[in-house]
Amino acid sequence: MLILECPYCGVKAEESELHAGGEAHLKRFGPGSSDAEFHDYLFMRKNPRGVHFERWRHINGCGKWFHAARCTTTLEVFGTYSAQTLEPPQAIRDAVSAKRPGWSWRDLK
Amino acid sequence: MKRYSVFAVAREALRYHSGWERAWRSPTAKRHYDVIIVGAGGHGLATAYYLGKNYGITNVAVIEKGWLGGGNTGRNTTIIRSNYLQDPSAAIYEKARGLYENLSQDLNFNVMFSPRGVLMLAQTQHEIRGYQRTAHANALQGVKTEFVSPQRVKEIVPIINLDGPRYPVLGALWQARGGTARHDAVAWGYARACSDMGMDIIQQCEVTGVRVEGGRVAGVDTSKGPIDCDKLGMLVAGNASVLSEMAGFRLPMESVALQALVSEPIKPCMDVVVMANTVHGYMSQSDKGEMVIGGGTDGFNNYTQRGSFHHIEETVRALIETFPMVSRLKMLRQWGGIVDVTGDRSPIISKTPVGNVFVNCGWGTGGFKSIPGSGWGMAELMATGHSSLTEAFTIDRFKEGQFIDESVAAGVAH
Ligand SMILES: Cc1cc2nc3c(=O)[nH]c(=O)nc-3n(C[C@H](O)[C@H](O)[C@H](O)COP(=O)(O)OP(=O)(O)OC[C@H]3O[C@@H](n4cnc5c(N)ncnc54)[C@H](O)[C@@H]3O)c2cc1C
Ligand SMILES: [Zn+2]
Repeated sequence: MLILECPYCGVKAEESELHAGGEAHLKRFGPGSSDAEFHDYLFMRKNPRGVHFERWRHINGCGKWFHAARCTTTLEVFGTYSAQTLEPPQAIRDAVSAKRPGWSWRDLK
Repeated sequence: MKRYSVFAVAREALRYHSGWERAWRSPTAKRHYDVIIVGAGGHGLATAYYLGKNYGITNVAVIEKGWLGGGNTGRNTTIIRSNYLQDPSAAIYEKARGLYENLSQDLNFNVMFSPRGVLMLAQTQHEIRGYQRTAHANALQGVKTEFVSPQRVKEIVPIINLDGPRYPVLGALWQARGGTARHDAVAWGYARACSDMGMDIIQQCEVTGVRVEGGRVAGVDTSKGPIDCDKLGMLVAGNASVLSEMAGFRLPMESVALQALVSEPIKPCMDVVVMANTVHGYMSQSDKGEMVIGGGTDGFNNYTQRGSFHHIEETVRALIETFPMVSRLKMLRQWGGIVDVTGDRSPIISKTPVGNVFVNCGWGTGGFKSIPGSGWGMAELMATGHSSLTEAFTIDRFKEGQFIDESVAAGVAH
């Protein structure tokens, strides 16, 4: 059972209290972008075997969206962090590096 | 290959069963094959089989990282039906269902196809309209289905409770020639037939890289060394994204866990398959007497082949309303598989940006039923470069906006 700590209310919530929101830190493409960019934005979700960054919502709690860094092959959670950021903070990246040296995700390392 | 028959059983009975052969060979890989298929699940093995049978291409290797049939093919709840809404889906699923009818004879292996009938319950007004629409579409597609009344549902399934407090049964979509088959036997039957045609099934051999030279495939790297090929087919279900990235392209695909469970064996009580999509539960009774139960997928990316407990609880809770007897059943086993889900919940059977690399994936929660039809079409595509059965299922449909949107009808596990 997946347990994530909500960075806002500090509650350690198990997954039936949460709603998974898919890949994190997407950059929006819309009017004015190329067809390829729009296609990738709509359909090409990252589907890594290993380190992943995701959006989650504390739906049966404070109701807020937040981010989580997680491993898709072990369900290990590296940390959760605020939604008010465009990329994972350094502390989260360090936590991932400590457990998965050499990891990469999109253009992050 | 010695054929299986009643005479073979009698002959072996008289000599202490000492004469049975291994069903397939376990050779070491050659340096080069005309075609390499990655993934010895139902789809990979069926593709290899029809490449040999329909096109005479037998210099083929099927490479499997675990054991054959150990992926989703050996983990599913074996429901077979073809009552889909969109024409391309109905065509390929009905082709598959038709091939299942004679598959045991064709493979000389008993796949235990049991066309016992599949009932999809309508439990909301929305579902009534949806299934009536599907029934009309099926009539035009030549797929035999009908929308039946609650009274008829009760005749077909006496153990059902029609007037549950939350979701009363308001009717159902009934496909009398849908049913089940034995999942392992489908993989084993195809594997035996492939091996008999001289194809090599290499188990315990993981593909770790795809070698591309001049925009075309040259071969694969594996845990047992490199192997060259002219054409490559990737049929690895939940690992499709991993394989495609090895070849240097991406797929519109996410991998999530889907679970199933079985109860203790009980006396025969239900001789059809019942699906309740609104509450995400479906049930059939195996020949051993176990109630086979499946539910919904987890909501997040996962490669662990195990799912979340609360989904089991939700599934069983929902089923108890419609089948009160389930509340007294002990559950024996539970397991999960990693299913490959695309944006429109339809599969991808397609050429790829890399020359002579073909991909067949995205069957998600519902690709056991399609194995023979998918293999048939995939073999045609790989051998000739075109298949009318698969042409709608290209990767490019997302670019073109030509979705095969079955998520309304098939958004649940089945
Ligand atoms: C719980 C559950 C219930 C289901 N219920 C139904 C149902 O009732 N009806 C229905 O129609 N469908 C159902 N499905 C879906 C169905 O099981 C799948 O769509 C189908 O089995 C997929 O077959 P496949 O051959 O594509 O994949 P698989 O059988 O998963 O085969 C893929 C193979 O590729 C191998 N592989 C992966 N990576 C590599 C690599 N790098 N190198 C070598 N080999 C590799 C894997 O080990 C695996 O054996 C269900 C699925 C699950 C999980
Ligand atoms: Zn919270």
